[in-house]
Amino acid sequence: MDFSLTEQEIMVQKVMRDFTENEIEPIAAEIDETEEFPQKTLEKMQKLGISSLPLPKKYGGSGGNYLAYYLAIEEVAKKCATSSVVLAGSASLCGWPILTFGTEVQKEKYLRPIAEGKIAGGFALTEPGAGSDASMQRTVAELKGDHYIMNGSKCFITGAGVFDVFIIIAMTDKSKKTRGLSAFIVDANTPGFIIGKIENKMGIRGSATGELIFQDMKIPKENLLGKEGEGFHIAMKTLDGGRIAIAAQAVGIAQGAMDAAIQYIHERVQFGRKLKDFQGLQWYIAEMETEINAARNLYYHAAYLKEHGKPYSKESAMAKFFASKTAVFVTNKAVQLHGGYGYMKDYPVERMMRDAKITEIYEGTSEVQKMVIAAHTIKPKL
Amino acid sequence: MTINIAVCIKQVPNTNQVKIDKKTGTLIRKGIKTICNPDDKNAMEEALKLKDKYDDVKITVISMGPSQATEIIKEALAMGADRGILLSDRKFAGSDTLATSTILATALRKIQEKEGLDIIFCGRQAIDGDTAQVGPQIAQHLDLPIISYVQELKYLGEKVQVKRALENGYMQIEAQIPVVLTTISDLNKPRYPHMRRIFDVFGKNPVIPVETWTADDLPDLDNTQIGLNGSPTRVIKTYTPDRTFKGEILEGETAHVAHILIESLKQKQIL
Repeated sequence: MDFSLTEQEIMVQKVMRDFTENEIEPIAAEIDETEEFPQKTLEKMQKLGISSLPLPKKYGGSGGNYLAYYLAIEEVAKKCATSSVVLAGSASLCGWPILTFGTEVQKEKYLRPIAEGKIAGGFALTEPGAGSDASMQRTVAELKGDHYIMNGSKCFITGAGVFDVFIIIAMTDKSKKTRGLSAFIVDANTPGFIIGKIENKMGIRGSATGELIFQDMKIPKENLLGKEGEGFHIAMKTLDGGRIAIAAQAVGIAQGAMDAAIQYIHERVQFGRKLKDFQGLQWYIAEMETEINAARNLYYHAAYLKEHGKPYSKESAMAKFFASKTAVFVTNKAVQLHGGYGYMKDYPVERMMRDAKITEIYEGTSEVQKMVIAAHTIKPKL
Repeated sequence: MTINIAVCIKQVPNTNQVKIDKKTGTLIRKGIKTICNPDDKNAMEEALKLKDKYDDVKITVISMGPSQATEIIKEALAMGADRGILLSDRKFAGSDTLATSTILATALRKIQEKEGLDIIFCGRQAIDGDTAQVGPQIAQHLDLPIISYVQELKYLGEKVQVKRALENGYMQIEAQIPVVLTTISDLNKPRYPHMRRIFDVFGKNPVIPVETWTADDLPDLDNTQIGLNGSPTRVIKTYTPDRTFKGEILEGETAHVAHILIESLKQKQIL
């Protein structure tokens, strides 16, 4: 068993550490406060091929591997969760499904500009009445000649009003429930594509999360991704990979809070001793460190399976479930270690604690992860 | 016509971590992370800016050092250089600045004879030795003009126009090409390597492998001019000076410490 990173992965990590420290950390508190989408950061990440790290060179991507991409997400998340969401979106939630299920024409038209960093892409599944239960989808796409006509709405969509293209899941045959769902590649400038309410969130406040509304939106037939009825399968497979990215993000948030806490307990003195010398607090550190490492190994393992073409649905669900729990636990403890100062916006752990919570919710809540894990573990008897 | 550029870079210990062995007086290198010398990254960036601007620019990055120095050459290739050469041989060990510049200049002459060289960039100085000698010495060996402390560069085809930093201003200088330029951090902000190039350059089967040249590849080298024996200067002793005026370290809570600090600065009538 080889736990070492490759020369390339180490270099990606090193460059991302520099990049994050110089380009992302200085504006992290500001974009949280102002809720401003980090457009310039996204452009920098596109220009350097970071946002297209795992996409093949053939389509203009960086030709790297998935673990390197997840490592990049972890590095960014250490300092700014919002920026890591922006990074996690395009390649894994929009690029990957086009790469995996798209036609050659779709790849040239949509994957290439995503990979080359000219446009950014998002993914729209969630609806007000259809969160984890995707069978309740109300967005409908009806085939009329050479076009589908789409009506409905999506909520809590990352990159609303910012991203250029979205994978949208809609019902093409209601009688078939989830088997009646289909996936579409939709340009955000299509007539009838309306940006609704942009949410005011607890954390990842700069990520432009909002509502998409479709009013008699005409989608060319050739923008159907995969076949009719494959939408649910495409969505679930996309989320399997997306979950590793969220696990990496959660580990990054936890590690960032841990780093801040370690620095603080070296400085803060109470009762004539530095906080680091109190055994009770050392035990917190030991627990936090153990959880972070366990979480990291879970996502590394899921990435390894994905890379080697092995099934990874269960492992990515376990990685996300555990890593998000770790992020919430560690950021909470990091605030605790900072005492009163930790509750103030002057210190980054306050923001990190708010940012951590989303990792237990999006791309499948922890409860959904457990459903996935249990289903794979229990299995029908042979 | 191709603009041929060479960039000389050096692997140095990361400054924040430099420690000196009190017994031997030498740098403790064990466990110390190494980086590409910061001024050299500005040299690299300036070469890349020319490559961005003109169609046909070839950048060769060159470094002398042990095999580990391959790492910074790869980093430069990932930033965008076209060719990377490591000059590495036991015979080179112990070279002072003169011997080092002799070796570098010999390699650069070999490149110059084969494909020509228009600009040779060097960082102003390395953060470990701080001599700022190697760049000018290379120019001397190659009988080329040198402009050091470059804070702004205009490439005008046959010549370069340069702002050379002075303590309180700058000089504007022109020089014919070929020319040696040494760069400072004010010149530019070095770019990050592109991810695609990281995968091209690093790893087991790199698309652009780093070439290693030994003394055998440089037949013009005079063995008496290189390595420890070819070095007219020797470091006798390196030490951390004992500070006669010891600083006072205030410990405790930030607010309390700040209070004491302000009081004592007031007492000394600094505030």
